[in-house]
Amino acid sequence: MQPYDMPDEKGHFGQFGGVFVAETLIEALDELRVMYEKYRHDPDFLAELHYDLKHFVGRPSPIYHAKRWSDRVGGAQIYLKREDLNHTGAHKVNNTVGQALLAKRMGKPRIIAETGAGQHGVATATISARLGLECVVYMGAEDVKRQAPNVYRMKLLGATVVPVESGSKTLKDALNEAMRDWVTNISTTFYIIGTVAGPHPYPMMVRDFNSVVGVECKTQMNEMLGRQPNAVVACVGGGSNAMGIFYPYIDLREVRLIGVEAAGHGIETGKHAAPLTANSPIGVLHGNRTYLMQNEEGQIIETHSISAGLDYPGVGPEHAWLKDIKRAEYVAVTDTEALDAFHSLCLTEGIIPALETSHALAYAEKLAKTMKPDQVILVNLSGRGDKDINTVAKISNINL
Amino acid sequence: MSRIANTFKALKEKNKKALIPYITAGDPHPDLTVSMLHALVDAGADMIELGIPFSDPMADGPTIQRASERALAHHVGLSHVFKMVKAFREKDDKTPIILMGYANPIEAIGAETFVERAKNSDVDGVITVDYPPEECMHFTKLLKEKNIDSIFLLSPTTELDRVKLIIEQASGFLYYVSLKGVTGAANIDIEQVKSKVSIIRELTKLPIGVGFGVRDAATAKEVAKISDAVVVGSRMVQEIENSNKDNLISNISKLMQELREAVN
Ligand SMILES: Cc1ncc(COP(=O)(O)O)c(C=O)c1O
Repeated sequence: MQPYDMPDEKGHFGQFGGVFVAETLIEALDELRVMYEKYRHDPDFLAELHYDLKHFVGRPSPIYHAKRWSDRVGGAQIYLKREDLNHTGAHKVNNTVGQALLAKRMGKPRIIAETGAGQHGVATATISARLGLECVVYMGAEDVKRQAPNVYRMKLLGATVVPVESGSKTLKDALNEAMRDWVTNISTTFYIIGTVAGPHPYPMMVRDFNSVVGVECKTQMNEMLGRQPNAVVACVGGGSNAMGIFYPYIDLREVRLIGVEAAGHGIETGKHAAPLTANSPIGVLHGNRTYLMQNEEGQIIETHSISAGLDYPGVGPEHAWLKDIKRAEYVAVTDTEALDAFHSLCLTEGIIPALETSHALAYAEKLAKTMKPDQVILVNLSGRGDKDINTVAKISNINL
Repeated sequence: MSRIANTFKALKEKNKKALIPYITAGDPHPDLTVSMLHALVDAGADMIELGIPFSDPMADGPTIQRASERALAHHVGLSHVFKMVKAFREKDDKTPIILMGYANPIEAIGAETFVERAKNSDVDGVITVDYPPEECMHFTKLLKEKNIDSIFLLSPTTELDRVKLIIEQASGFLYYVSLKGVTGAANIDIEQVKSKVSIIRELTKLPIGVGFGVRDAATAKEVAKISDAVVVGSRMVQEIENSNKDNLISNISKLMQELREAVN
């Protein structure tokens, strides 16, 4: 069998991906593609990246056997890849460190980013502070309200946070606004996209920077168990933590790869953020072709999820491709199911997971029950839940 | 010959430059769009760019974003846009109509259906902001088969090799985006535009239009001197935004006349 080798040189994953942007951005994307190609295998660049991942981020992150939780769920053994233990508390930093080092090599003094939950914004503000780069983060006005602690965190780190008032005032609108900034300030500015979306080369580059997660897992699982898991489970917003852990496993056909989307109030209610599970039509948004939540007139519709980081109407083009070729499976869990898993992990393992991650945990519970005790599920614990305690408290009618 | 080519030819014979206002279909209300189109023609528009409302207008500044939002509040989409053009054609068989929008609404109904309906309602040209030529070969071919012009954007950052590639795909005219930025930004540099336009002109016989930063009659006048067509978007939309239903038609007509006088 041919080793997996996607995307093609134009950034296509089959019919997905590509470069769908206004003409002004083409040259900047060409430049980025060339520079990324130059540095991705460059020993000096990689040495600098690995130094930062080790000493600044704290990699490798451990894998933890959630034994008590597995016993309580009943069925397969659940292992957690602890991306929550990274500096800044999520997988997002793997990508921002990589892109920021690239920005430095390209001589761009100004960084912009979009953020939903604020995790990518915090990770970007963090590395910008560390490298002495100016940082501007676009965040939907709704999300600014939902994720107040992260907004303040970004400000402490010296970033300017710009609330975006257009459209649905969430992640997709923050992305639109970041693109508008980029097109205006193209010569000075590097746009650090926070997920495996956007025009080529972003989906590929963000995947590559996050794939350190899956690469470590392969070694660590081998050391711990002498084998690889039966299934790998990760939540999917844009899909960067999922691609990061899936990618090194794609050629290991016997390992099931399962992406968990946000079913919000339930797929059947239409109030969700699960384009793959809901069989949304194919469309073009934010520079790539993918499955996209939209109405018959091609207008992007509002999404719903308890977690700001999954509240996105599209999905990275590589996930669309992996779904079509049936290499990965996609499912969705509701707000309520995710909340239950959130509490369950807190109480049985002493780990407060992010609400995004709780979607993956909720599905891992369901799946484990259908499997045998000698089988293994590996969940990407993409982030910690400190940022979500206000949201969870509010749902429990507790005023902090 | 297409309506667009005819219009440029007729203008050239009279030694005049084309003036192209932009409005978003359905802004401020779908019932007004057709009469606004006629009013703009009466006041001196040579062609009209009609925006297809989109929920995520990534290349547009706040003014045109708000126009899209006003139109979407009335659920205006492609099906209405085609009807508007058809209604316009009942009284005007001469003025080219160019649809401008984003890829997703086109893909939602499918390229084939889009082109067929565009032809049926007598659309003359299409600009799809987020379709670089490499990504829309099939769409361009379909348009060509139906004699609808594919108008592509060129920007200050477009390198010479790409200019050539775009010229090969383009018809009707070339649209030079006069600044690095979104629609409505106000930092147009005439000298810079002039030098880029003259480079493009050496490579093609197609007329060259300039837009994105034309904020007033004085700028329109300067741009007309160095191009074949001047596109006025955000300034026109701003006039719509600042009008009420009683003075809307007279306000946009007045602005159009001012621009016409400046350009002549
Ligand atoms: C902890 C965590 N997990 C997951 C996500 C979703 O993003 P992605 O699908 O790109 O991993 C986010 C986004 O903010 C996040 O903060």
